[in-house]
Amino acid sequence: MSQLLLIVSIGGSRVAFPSAAVESVVELDTLIPVPRAAPHVAGLSALRSRVLTVIDTVRSLDLGETDCSDGIREAAVVELDGHHYALIVDSVEDVVEAMSDPSPIRAAMGEGWERVALGMVETEEGPLLLVDVAALIAGPTPEARVA
Amino acid sequence: MDDLIADFVAECREMLEALGGEIVAWEAQPDDRARLDSIFRFVHTVKGNCGFFEFPRLEALSHAAEDALADCRAGRRTPDGPLVSAVLAVIDRIGEMVAAIEAGEEFAGGDDTVLIQALEPGAEGPAAVTAAMVSDGKAVSAPRTIRLSVELLDRVMSGVSDMVLARNELARRLRETESDVTVDGAFERLSGIIAEMRDAITRTRMQRIENLFVALPRMVRDLSGELGKQVLIDIDGGDVELDREMIEMIRDPLTHIIRNAVDHGIEKPADRLKAGKREIGLLSVSARQSGNQILIDIVDDGKGIDGKKLVEKAVAAGSIEAVDAAKMTARERLALIFEAGLSTAREVTSISGRGVGMDVVRSNVERIGGIVEVDSNPGHGTRMTLRVPLTLTIIPALTVSIGSQHFAIPRAAIEEIVRANGTSVTLDSIGGAGVATIRGRRMPEISLADVLGLASDVPDEERTLVVLRPAGGDLYALAVDRIHDHEELVVKPAAPAVMATGLYAGTTLADDGSPILLFDPAGVAEVGGVKLEMQERAARIVEAASTATVRDDNVLLFRGLDGNRRAIRLALVDRIEEVARSSIRHAAGQLRVQLGDVILPLAGADALGVEAGKEGGEDKVRVFRLSDGTREIGYVFREVIDLMTIDHEVIPAEHPGAVSGVSLIGGEPAELVDAHWLFAQHLGATARAAEQVVCRLPSDDAWIQNMLRPIVEAAGYLVIDEHDELIPDVVIASHPGAIDDDHADRTLVLRDEPEAGIDDPSIYRYDRAGLLSALKAASGGKGR
Repeated sequence: MSQLLLIVSIGGSRVAFPSAAVESVVELDTLIPVPRAAPHVAGLSALRSRVLTVIDTVRSLDLGETDCSDGIREAAVVELDGHHYALIVDSVEDVVEAMSDPSPIRAAMGEGWERVALGMVETEEGPLLLVDVAALIAGPTPEARVA
Repeated sequence: MDDLIADFVAECREMLEALGGEIVAWEAQPDDRARLDSIFRFVHTVKGNCGFFEFPRLEALSHAAEDALADCRAGRRTPDGPLVSAVLAVIDRIGEMVAAIEAGEEFAGGDDTVLIQALEPGAEGPAAVTAAMVSDGKAVSAPRTIRLSVELLDRVMSGVSDMVLARNELARRLRETESDVTVDGAFERLSGIIAEMRDAITRTRMQRIENLFVALPRMVRDLSGELGKQVLIDIDGGDVELDREMIEMIRDPLTHIIRNAVDHGIEKPADRLKAGKREIGLLSVSARQSGNQILIDIVDDGKGIDGKKLVEKAVAAGSIEAVDAAKMTARERLALIFEAGLSTAREVTSISGRGVGMDVVRSNVERIGGIVEVDSNPGHGTRMTLRVPLTLTIIPALTVSIGSQHFAIPRAAIEEIVRANGTSVTLDSIGGAGVATIRGRRMPEISLADVLGLASDVPDEERTLVVLRPAGGDLYALAVDRIHDHEELVVKPAAPAVMATGLYAGTTLADDGSPILLFDPAGVAEVGGVKLEMQERAARIVEAASTATVRDDNVLLFRGLDGNRRAIRLALVDRIEEVARSSIRHAAGQLRVQLGDVILPLAGADALGVEAGKEGGEDKVRVFRLSDGTREIGYVFREVIDLMTIDHEVIPAEHPGAVSGVSLIGGEPAELVDAHWLFAQHLGATARAAEQVVCRLPSDDAWIQNMLRPIVEAAGYLVIDEHDELIPDVVIASHPGAIDDDHADRTLVLRDEPEAGIDDPSIYRYDRAGLLSALKAASGGKGR
């Protein structure tokens, strides 16, 4: 089994999204905040006639906060349960082929990473953390997680 | 094979649905060949398919029904009540079996031989029940259709939406650059095609409401049979189109209301005769489109709803206080049926218990942005009206803003909009909680900026209050920074993370493609800490005392049809309606506009009298509905600019007319509409004086009744005849011998000859001016 992976960098770490989950990579310009929403919901943006819910991945991982004030951000668009999300990332690097199935990571990771980790995959560029996109969207508070 | 079975099931279902109405109509007119044919076709199709799929029971049933119907077709047998009931029973059984096949189960229940025997000539069927349907007589042949998945349709729709946005973007770019005329021409054409396509694709989601109505005759027939009542159902407006999903959403509420009407509204035949009504109760269901709403009326001529009893029940149940109950208006009393747990039905039957469940009906309808209204005349019947928006996804909304961010509020929930610094508004802070008193009504007030935790640069007193009534809740006032526009928004559900806030109902895209959040008014209230309980009645306090002097300087700034900026006092504007140009007509001496059921005189189009009805241009125009408290007129205009206050001096007009003066509003001059003049002008002769002068006319004189009476009535007199107990202010007699001594000093005598004799005070009967001035003189100047 070989899975395609999208390598992105979040909060300075290079991680992999399953590329099947990612619809496209976009550059967000306008961002409309959603008052009172969970802190990792950075706001709303529009992709053509679709409304994207923008997720601040750094915030979702409890790694701090992305500064969204300075114009264009890169984001990966994913669909979950019929809703479209844009996950803000530092940068999108490459698409590579996974050379192994995800395997458990025995080393201690940060708490945020622990929650979204699907496991470690081998690639040509070395081992990468495979991220569960749904967990990233659900954010840090377990109560806010929607099945 | 599974695919084939699925197709078979779907086909059967569609035919069954369409057949429901046909079969009842057939019962009413058993010799109706067209209907007999369509029922025959159904059982024939089922039989044919069953052989192929090996469903022996289904095949035996449909075969028996086919045989019986074939005899009828060949004239060997006349269809009668028992046969119809037997065929109905067979069709029901087929429906159950089809459902079982769809679920992949073995159908076990029931013995088919009984059903098959009932089809035999002379068999004793169940007693025939009477129900009939009034319809236009012809069997409707369905247009050719194919089945499509909704998902595919949605994909096409979102593709078209993308296309529209791309077109807008392109249009912007083209405007910025110097472009070729030919390019512009081509773009215009593309634009037109895209617009057309969007219309067409929107229509694919629409379905005739008939699909909802076809099942009703059968349901009413069965219900009335069960209850021993006779009900005639009259269905109208089946060709009105509604969003598919919307039709599904109103199916249950509609069914519930009809069940209630048959069960509790319409009396048993004996009781109806006692009450002096026809034995057969009439239930009429009609749908029509009005603006961007669909109105579905369910009217029965039964015993109506007893408002007093409702109040007693509500007091007994503790949901209202006896003191408040005394102050309730008739409408408020009837509205009690929507409160949970109230039923006026003496015994709750298996069918329904009026009151139980009406709260559910209302909340279901309100969930889709609709309204349920009830009106009842005890002893004469009940009218229920469902008002639902045309589509589920397009919601009329008001856009407001806090700081620089825009939000939308569903218009259905908005009661009114007032300035926080208006004269009729007082804001108080009680223990830190905001309380607004608007024209004597007290309600909680919350600031949207506080609820959202956003910074606002607008001081409290300069905000605008939007008075909201959330579904099933009570009024509250929401302070916003600015009001922008009324828009029709295409609303989509928001992501769970956004919905989790409880504040929002969905998201939408503004014209420029940026997202806007749509509020859920009940959610905002809850997050804002407002308790939504049934407390409104207690909140109505000093209403009567303060309404007399309502005068605020809030004006609505708008652009007239001729392009001029005008302003009209907000308090006069009842509402704004959008009407088709074709509903504006020149009739009976002036322009009139049809708004739903009423025809109002129309102002605002004077300068462009012809233009208003002209072909071409925009198909829709907007009309203010102006009200002076009792009478209404329409005022046609092009667009609303803004809500403003008059803060500059008003320079009066030189001559009285449609414009009373001019003032600087929003930095530019605007004409102030003279509402008094408009009402005086347009209601004209039809306006009644507060104190009507009573004029008595002989009832036995045809000339007076036919020729004179209309003139006298048009002049504002209340016309009575000799038998009326009212004391006339003036009496008209057709000849001197008819003078009644009691009123001799107030009697006008008419004569047939133009020339008067000496000392003859009578008036020539075609001297209109003389007649009217004599009338006025004789009534002591009380007339006009």
